[in-house]
Amino acid sequence: MAFTVDEIFETASMTLFRGFDIRTVTLGINIKDCIDSDFGRFKENVYDRVRDNSARLVSKTEELETKYGIPITNQRISITPVSQVMETHASEGKFVEMAETLDDAIGDEGVDFVGGFGASVHKGTTRSEEVLIESLPEVFSRTESVCSFLNVGSHKAGMNLDIVIEVGKILKEISRKTENSIGCAKFVTFVNAPEDNPFMAGAFHGGGEPDFSLNVGISGPGVLKGVIDKNEACDLTELSEIIKRTAFKTTRAGKLIGRELAGQLDVPFGIVDLSLAPSPMEDDSVAKIIESMGVEKMGTHGSTMAVALLMDAIKKGGAMASGNVGGLSGTFLPVSEDLGMVEAVQDGALSLEKLEALTSVCSVGLDMVAIPGDTSAGKISAIIADELSIGIINNKTESVRIIPAHGREAGDVLEFGGLLGRAPVMDVSGYSSDGLLSRGGRFPSPLTSLKN
Amino acid sequence: MDKELCFVTVIGEDQKGIIARMATSVYEKGINIEDISQKVIEGYFVMSMLIDIKGSDYSLKEIEEDLQNIGEEMGLRVQLQHEEIFKSMHRV
Repeated sequence: MAFTVDEIFETASMTLFRGFDIRTVTLGINIKDCIDSDFGRFKENVYDRVRDNSARLVSKTEELETKYGIPITNQRISITPVSQVMETHASEGKFVEMAETLDDAIGDEGVDFVGGFGASVHKGTTRSEEVLIESLPEVFSRTESVCSFLNVGSHKAGMNLDIVIEVGKILKEISRKTENSIGCAKFVTFVNAPEDNPFMAGAFHGGGEPDFSLNVGISGPGVLKGVIDKNEACDLTELSEIIKRTAFKTTRAGKLIGRELAGQLDVPFGIVDLSLAPSPMEDDSVAKIIESMGVEKMGTHGSTMAVALLMDAIKKGGAMASGNVGGLSGTFLPVSEDLGMVEAVQDGALSLEKLEALTSVCSVGLDMVAIPGDTSAGKISAIIADELSIGIINNKTESVRIIPAHGREAGDVLEFGGLLGRAPVMDVSGYSSDGLLSRGGRFPSPLTSLKN
Repeated sequence: MDKELCFVTVIGEDQKGIIARMATSVYEKGINIEDISQKVIEGYFVMSMLIDIKGSDYSLKEIEEDLQNIGEEMGLRVQLQHEEIFKSMHRV
């Protein structure tokens, strides 16, 4: 036999016992050529493009699940940032109609989210982008599957603080207008946003992409936890090697399935995103990996080093496995979607401040963090600005998905259910940053961006 | 002749009839068994069967469903996976 029983067991047991899955296959679709001066025809064009491709995506993924015995958990669509195609139809009513069109177009056969209802506004806004931002509370109150993003900064351009100030206000409104403040879970504020990210809520089909692109997000916190648990005694160098080897294998699985799916759909294969994506199931937790590495509770001293080592090793293994690594390729540390993170917050081991520190070494940002509903818009903007500054200075993607939990206070729990899990409402500082925020303007591009 | 190889992995408690029942299921679908190995790993009995599905009139889904049914009756975990996944994951 070309493979040993141990190798076959290792692969089979990843899915049977360790919850290994392909977390998402996301088909990026260009909708720029759907534009029509007749808004009704424009919507029809978008509907048909998204509808047809959603159905194709769903029909092909099931075959591959059976062939390789690895579940493909989510199928998603990302589109050209909507602000770019709505310039000549820039009214709030039309933005809402377009969102409803997208919501209807993905159907109910398997695609659960459509991303790209957003804009890149790192140096300022067009009129259309301003209308888009104003329309978001209404969009989220009338749709279920539409996800939105704003890219508010980049290493090259600096950060648009005026927009960050607006985001604080808009989030408060979305929180009030959507049941359980769920709309805030579908909105991400980025700096250095990747154009090929397959993960929601921040996926969009960027300006440098072809007509179609198939991007894959792998997962496997449980697989990594399993191998770390088996190697209690090894030192950090050996631990890094073990993680690297495992990441190589899971990335190869993602690459194989992504390439084959792209071939069957007759679209270019884009990237494999290495990000560890937890889910609210026992052992499918990044926090539990960190605890297996030897810290008693996620968030205590040592956690930042552990997260740094973990992601560095995953990137090394992943880069060896595929030449198409891209997207976010960090680790998600979403509080509500990771049972270990929820426990760490509720046990007092993990604060918002420590979470910010963790995101500075390799994670992709503050994710699914609930804060008290009475937090001021200015304070929300300050939390976002702090987090995104890390990305501006360090030339990395950084994002914030924060939920001011309407009517809730610190210590309460916001129950979302499903993959979004449950978010313990975290305490925020009682001191004000309004003086700093009220200055507005643009955080200049850092010195390290001047490389030419 | 080209082959299309898949691995059937059976994990659980050793008992009479595992190979007989799994082999019968694939034989009835016109599938050739290329190789069989078994071993105890981490306390589990693991049986691995390499099959060639080329020429079978049955779909992978149908083959898998029948093997899963046998696994369920015998209290075993069963996984059917195309050989390509092992090549990808275990060979540089």
